[in-house]
Amino acid sequence: MASDRIRITGGTVYDPANDVDGVIQDVCIDGGRIVSQLDDGRRIDASGMIVFPGGVDVHTHVAGAALNFARGLVPENHRMARKFLHGPERRAGLGGMTPTTFATGYLYAGMGWTTVNEAAVPILSAKHTHEELHDTPIVDKSCLLLMANNEIVLDLLEAGEVERARHVVGWLTWAAKVYGIKAVNPGGVVAWKWGKNARALHEPIEGYRSLTPAQIISGLAAIVDDLDLPHPLHLHCNNLGMPGNVATTIETMKVLEGHRAHLAHLQFHAYDGEGWDTMRSGATAVAEAFNAHPNLTTDAGAVLFGDAVTITADGPWQHLLYQLTGRKWGNLDVENETGCGIVPYVYKDRNLVNAVQWAVGLELLLLIDDPWRVFLTTDHPNGGCFWRYPEIVQLLMDVEFRKEQVRKLPSAAQQRIVLGDLGRQYTLSEIAIITSAGPARALGLQQKGHLGVGADADVTIYPAKPDEKGFLFSYPRYVIKGGEIVVEEGDLIAVSEGREFIVRPAYDDQIEEYIRPLFQQVYTMSFENYPVEIERLRRPELMTLGPKPA
Amino acid sequence: MITLTLVEQPVVPLEAEVLCPDVMASLSHEAIRALPVCLGKRQRRLDDFFRVEGEASDELEIRGDAAKIKWIGRAMTRGRIVVNGNAGMHLGAYMRGGAIEVSGNASDWVGAEMSGGLIRVRGNVGGQTGAAYRGSVSGMRDGTILVGRDAGLEVGMRMKRGTIVVSGRARDFAGLQMKGGTIILGRGAELRTGAWMVRGTIISLHPIPLLPTFAYACAYLPAFVRLYARHLGTLGFTLPCDEVSGVYARYTGDAAVPGKGEILVWNPRGN
Repeated sequence: MASDRIRITGGTVYDPANDVDGVIQDVCIDGGRIVSQLDDGRRIDASGMIVFPGGVDVHTHVAGAALNFARGLVPENHRMARKFLHGPERRAGLGGMTPTTFATGYLYAGMGWTTVNEAAVPILSAKHTHEELHDTPIVDKSCLLLMANNEIVLDLLEAGEVERARHVVGWLTWAAKVYGIKAVNPGGVVAWKWGKNARALHEPIEGYRSLTPAQIISGLAAIVDDLDLPHPLHLHCNNLGMPGNVATTIETMKVLEGHRAHLAHLQFHAYDGEGWDTMRSGATAVAEAFNAHPNLTTDAGAVLFGDAVTITADGPWQHLLYQLTGRKWGNLDVENETGCGIVPYVYKDRNLVNAVQWAVGLELLLLIDDPWRVFLTTDHPNGGCFWRYPEIVQLLMDVEFRKEQVRKLPSAAQQRIVLGDLGRQYTLSEIAIITSAGPARALGLQQKGHLGVGADADVTIYPAKPDEKGFLFSYPRYVIKGGEIVVEEGDLIAVSEGREFIVRPAYDDQIEEYIRPLFQQVYTMSFENYPVEIERLRRPELMTLGPKPA
Repeated sequence: MITLTLVEQPVVPLEAEVLCPDVMASLSHEAIRALPVCLGKRQRRLDDFFRVEGEASDELEIRGDAAKIKWIGRAMTRGRIVVNGNAGMHLGAYMRGGAIEVSGNASDWVGAEMSGGLIRVRGNVGGQTGAAYRGSVSGMRDGTILVGRDAGLEVGMRMKRGTIVVSGRARDFAGLQMKGGTIILGRGAELRTGAWMVRGTIISLHPIPLLPTFAYACAYLPAFVRLYARHLGTLGFTLPCDEVSGVYARYTGDAAVPGKGEILVWNPRGN
């Protein structure tokens, strides 16, 4: 178990957080942590292999009511999905687009990822989320609380009661036992309950007199900063997926000036054009604005061609997507907190819009200068499944391969993107940044994403040569999680239980008496059953507050 | 020819997708007998239930009442299966080629999501013949299913191409959400035939109750019916196509979707 003493010798180590760039050196592990040296213990000969810190996914959807709804909505995918058979150590499960809980852990670990951040949890279904995270083995987990459409918080922001709003957000954060705050389409999901959306950042939201999306964004970003949460406000901007949303995204960056923030799945927010027929890449403008805002981090939310399931709290967008596809649609109303929409989707390379989307994700990864501020995600399962990350890595590292893929697109699509003109190739060190060191830093997880002394012993050892499909990162030879070897020679050999990172921000305990009557007035459950008891989390780890040094 | 005689009737349905020419074509007698089948959650050997004769052939004959044997001919691409008796659920599901012949009845999901080949059931079939499995976008994509007698619910649900011929009568929702292909109903159907159909053709040789969202278009004798009649004649089914004996009344729908499908109802002269 965690007491394993392991010496990884002869491997080429990429540890960008500690300025180690392709140096052949030993990595020593004792008691689940990296130590400076070790004279005994098991030796893993990594000669000719690449040693990375374990991958960190800053934005994914792997647990909770919405994902479960999505699982139920796509039985046809489960029939075709990769099967995990029951074994002495392993639980049965299915892969595919919305893997089952246990399979999610096996698939992430099998790819070399050891920490995942579930990006959207309503308080009302937080218990469900924690139960599923408990059943997601091997990887360490954190999750973010949906807040930008919580009507109690919004009422306070409209009334200008920022301090009380901060106490409410603090109370809710602890009630849900989460790690950070997420804002999805601020005000838009509230408006969706009136059949509307919030398209303009500076116009009042449907159902409110004066409150605008911009006020919610800046208000929540300030609250998150004031509460000293380790991860900044995690924002899904307004107008996701809409042609011409570049303007909204750039305006949002201006609204966020003076605050920390993480812009989620930026690909979906970087489209130019006036409508679907004129949609084109807006990555250049978005990347330029982003480069000028060092207070922000982002993740790609890249799209890969093939099947996907779109899941988001952005209910109004999902209704529009449903009207565009004419296929299945699921919609959830999560009382006074948020909403949720599910639409299975197929990204096709012959479809102009999809081709532009595919290009924009890659363009952003290539046009944003600082790899420490842009991270590899597909907004799983929205843009593609997380187990397809190695395909994106190859597209980033091999310019000829990438240009070959661009040439396969319809010529009309090639004219709407700039990907073919970009010559940048990621180095292995930069890949280690966007898959591990960067997201760990943005999440404020100081013990993750690096191989320095004292770090969690999450290490992935990849073969130096690509597999037969040309992917370098599909099948690590070894994955070590918390000092335990979980993948050896490409096979999953041990299944451990991961931890869950949570925070307890400071708030006035009396705020509960303010929330209680409001809650009892409008919610369908009793107030006592609302918060998640700490006992419900099997391996919680309370993280210290305070933003971490960049 | 490999002959499999059912000697031990399973207590619960037996999942036996190994009953397939593609699996057995290159196997020795011993290997065939040892093929895995699932009885509930327990894995058993094929010869726990069947007496096996012969080896290494892409022609199989199954004898005995196999009504509880599921997945016969699953995803087969070639060869021939003859079932002397009844067959269980999912007969020829995902089939891509070859032929299956059943002398008795077959259960639900005959030829579900098949994309080629021929299935002929002399008796009755259950529901969802040639249909899409739950959640799938399309059902049968090509191939032919011939039913000697009656069919259950949702015949050809979401089918995209191919032909289903029911000599007898079908129950409710024949051609539900159909996207293409042809369904021929020898003795009509019960309610809501063609509901939500987008494209495709349903031919009924017997008057059927129609949904109000189907509109009468014309009476005629389409040229393609003659082609179908010639082809189906070789398979032993008579499709009337002689203008002396009658015409087809064409109804279009389902306007509720809205769809461009058609239901042709045979109207003999003198009616």
